[in-house]
Order: sequence, then structure tokens, then C-alpha cells
Amino acid sequence: MWPAIKLSLELATVTTLLLLLLGVPLAWMLARCHGWWGETLAALVALPMVLPPTVIGFYMLILLGPHGPLGPLLARLGLHTLAFSFTGLVIGSVVYSLPFMVQPVRHAFRALGPGPWEAALTLRAGPLDAFWSVALPLAQGGILTGAIMCFAHTLGEFGVVLMLGGDIPGRTEVLSIVIFNAVDNLQWAEAGRLAAGMAGFSFLAVLAMFLVEKRVSRLRA
Amino acid sequence: MSGIEARFAGRLGGFMLDAAFSLPGTGITGLFGPSGCGKTSLLRCLAGLTRLPDGFLRVNDEIWQDGDIFLAPQHRRIGYVFQDSRLFAHLTVRRNLQFGLRRAVARGIGEAEVVGLLGLEPLLQRYPARLSGGERQRVAIGRALLAQPRLLLLDEPLAALDRAAANQILPKLREISQLFAVPVLHVSHDIVEIERIADGLVLMRQDGRVAACGQLAGMLTDLSLPFARQRDAAVVLEMTAGAHDAAYGLTSYSAGGVTLTLPGQPGAPGAAVRLRIRASDVSLARQRPDASSILNILPARIVEAETAAGPHVNLVLGIGGAASPIRLLSAITRKSWDALGLSVGEVVYAQIKAVALAESR
Repeated sequence: MWPAIKLSLELATVTTLLLLLLGVPLAWMLARCHGWWGETLAALVALPMVLPPTVIGFYMLILLGPHGPLGPLLARLGLHTLAFSFTGLVIGSVVYSLPFMVQPVRHAFRALGPGPWEAALTLRAGPLDAFWSVALPLAQGGILTGAIMCFAHTLGEFGVVLMLGGDIPGRTEVLSIVIFNAVDNLQWAEAGRLAAGMAGFSFLAVLAMFLVEKRVSRLRA
Repeated sequence: MSGIEARFAGRLGGFMLDAAFSLPGTGITGLFGPSGCGKTSLLRCLAGLTRLPDGFLRVNDEIWQDGDIFLAPQHRRIGYVFQDSRLFAHLTVRRNLQFGLRRAVARGIGEAEVVGLLGLEPLLQRYPARLSGGERQRVAIGRALLAQPRLLLLDEPLAALDRAAANQILPKLREISQLFAVPVLHVSHDIVEIERIADGLVLMRQDGRVAACGQLAGMLTDLSLPFARQRDAAVVLEMTAGAHDAAYGLTSYSAGGVTLTLPGQPGAPGAAVRLRIRASDVSLARQRPDASSILNILPARIVEAETAAGPHVNLVLGIGGAASPIRLLSAITRKSWDALGLSVGEVVYAQIKAVALAESR
């Protein structure tokens, strides 16, 4: 049980950090694109939200496997395959949770409008400076919401992990798979403890999100 | 080279902008025109927030836009005050004020001076969400000033404010332009606002063209422009406060051989003031009335008259020295014009019923 909790927390943390690095700039770009191709890209990014996790897992398995399109590249890096490894799980989770970061952050950037951005430019801030010192802090509510959602969402991941990682204890066996296996083996008490823990954690995550939103809206009032 | 020279022509969204004008390197210039004529678009072009190809902009000896040259907004030494203030919600007033200051290369306009002038001291620790509309605009003006601009652009900063708040800020704009020697371009659709503070005027037409630009006083009394023909037409006079008559509570003001007397004592003797006289408050008489309640009766020459159709005749009068007379406007009925048998060139007596103090300077 403990290795699975540790693994799940690690996976969720690494995924959330990676998505902060990748998802926030991507959301910024998407917030500023208004053409049809911007919307197309946004739809592509949002796709994992509605795609069945098993389908995502299936494609990731093919993509990251030894015979996949990334196979030669992985071989050159000295890796046989990323499937059934922690790295593979992280890549799968990043794709799976991407929209949960990008959507709220993009929405937060859009809600700012061009006003603060233009004001920053007229006050001698270059684009990068204006992004760091104005756009990012003003969108902090959306970014925090995105991070919390990513973390909670990745923590409860099941389908993608099952397809991509199997259930190798200590390596790819995450919490929801432990719960599934416990039920499968009729260990109801164990499954109950873990399920209650996850339900409690999820509630706290949603509560934190609402408190963040309340604080942000008070700042703007 | 001092002064600003600008040419912007082209299609912006749904309408055409075709504006060419030059501004002096000092003082306040009003940018006036009907709503939707492109005043804000023009300001955005000056700031570099909108790029019109083929534009030209020179500020003193720097070219900001010409052909392939286009300085990004952050590289132009401008100050821009938006109609909606656009303060940064995540920063205190102090941090908002320091935003441009920290990034400016030159120094000269100090934080303490600006805070003092605009009365921002009690607001420094507050967040923008806890400021009133007038307070927000004062902070926005201070923030723009501290970015050390060589051109201060004000996009109707007072339009959303009530009269009391606007009256508090308006005189500050005059002080700013004089104290910090920064030219100000002040957009407004309220001519009275411009009459109170501006030295120059750029008049835009509905079709996005500049109809005229020049000195405010001259443009207000130009019968070929719309101002002098309006019902609430007025002139502004720059005068010096003279003796105060304490017994009657009257102060006399003089300039160019003309002395006007009006109630109140707005400043010490010698203070420069701007007076505003409405055309409808100036009536004419052939002989000097020997018994009248009107204090200010001056000999005047009829310089121009617009006697076309309509019940009114709009006149330009010259008062004071013959070499460079002060121009006044007068609106009288056509019936009176005919009854008195007046014509251009004649000398009459102008009876000024009311003079308003536009602004102490």
C-alpha cells in the first residue's frame, strides 16, 4: 500500500510541475490566438478531456513502445521502451492531464483582456517582463486551480496507467490500481481505507480550489 | 528639434484614420472630436500599441516611426493614461507607481514629487480594488508620469468621473505639464474641459481627419471652425491678477491693455489666471451706457461677423491694443444687428455680463 501511495504522489507531483512548465506558456499562446488554427490547436489540447483514458493509453503504448514512431529515437537514447516505466507513466499523465492545466489558465489569461498587458508595455516592460510581472501574477488564480486539478486528476489516474504501465508493484502500480486489485481479491477493508483516503483528499483539493477563487475575486472586487 | 510631428493614415478595423498634425514640445494640447472619430485610435498609434504602416512620428529629435522604423511601445518614452485606469490589481498603489519608474532609464521626475502633487500619500499601501474612480485615475496619472515620459498621452482620463472628482484632477494636469516640462496630449469630447486647461488644440472630424490644429485661443475665435458658432461658444483669456477691492470683494485682472473686474479673490496679485467669457454673455451697445449694472464695459472693434441665415449673428470683437487686440466672441440676434445698423470695422461697446474663472495657474 505505501509504495503505491508514494508512487502516486510522485507521479502527480512530477506531472503537475511539468505541466506548469509546459501548460502555462501553451495556455498563454492559446489565449492570444484568435484565428481558426488557434481554435484547432486548443481543441487538440482539450481532446484528452473527453477521450476515454484507455484510448489515450493505447495510443501512448504504441507511440512509446519499441516499434512505435518514437522507437528509433528512444533506441538512440539507449532506451528500449518507455512503456511499463515511470517515465512512460509521466509522459502519459502529462498528455492525460494537459487540458486540466491549459483550460483554466487559458481562461484566466483571456479574462484579463489586453488591458494590463498594454499598460505594462507603455510602462517600459518588454513582452517577457510583462508576462512575468503582470500576466502571470494576475492569472495566479487560474494557475493554482489548474495545478490543483492536475494533481488530483493524476493522483486518481487508472485507465492510462493500466494500458501503459501495467501494474508492476513499486514501479507502475499506482493507488487506483491497488484499489482495483484489492477489490478483485476481495480485500474490502484495504480498498475501503484507500478509497476513503482518496475521497477525503479529493474533497480537500476541490475546497482549496474554491478558496483560491474566492480570494482572487475579492482582490478584483 | 523640439515638438512632435505625426502622420497616420490607413484603415483600422471599420474606419479610416487620416491624421497629420504637429504639437509644440511643451504645454497641453487638447485632442477634440466627436465620439467614434478615431481619437483613441490615434493615441494608440502614437503609443505604438497599434501599428499603421506608412505612419510617421517624430518626438523632439527621435524618430519613433518612419517606414521600416517602428519602436515598440516599451521603447517609446511615453506615458499613457487609459480611460479605465488599468492599474495592476495584484500590486499596491506604491508598487503600481514604481512599475514604470523601476524600468525607466532616465530619472528626473521623482516619486516623492508626484506623490505629493497628486495627493497619493494616504493611498500608497492600498490595492486598486479599494480605490474610488478619481483615486484610480490619480494613481494612473502618477504611474504614467513616473515612467519618465517625453510625451504624456491622456485618453479621456476624466470621462468616467463625477464632476467633483474631475475638478480635483483637472488643475493638476496643468501643474504637471509645467512642473515636469512634459508635453501632454489630452483627449476629450468635452470642450469646456479643454478650454480650462489646454494651450493648443487638434480638432478631428467624424471621418477620421484632422480638421485643424493650432493655438487654442485662436481656434476658439475662428468663425470657419465649429467652436465659435456653437450656442455655448466661449473664449479664454490669459490674464494677471491685480488689485483686490476688499470692500466689494472684487478683483481686477489685466492683459494687453484690457482690465476686467470680477468677484472673488482666487489668487495673490500677480498670479496668472485663465478667464472664460461666453459669447452669449457679451452684448453690444453703440454708445457707452452711462447707467448700467454691468461692471465690464469695453470699447471693441467688430473684426468679423457671420450674418448668414438663422436668428443669431456670431461676431468676433477686438478689444485692447490696436496692434494685437484680444479677440472676444459675441452672439447677438440678427434683429439687433440690423436695428443697430452694425457692420464689420465699426467700434462699439462690449458689455460683458459674466466672466468665469476657468483655472488658476
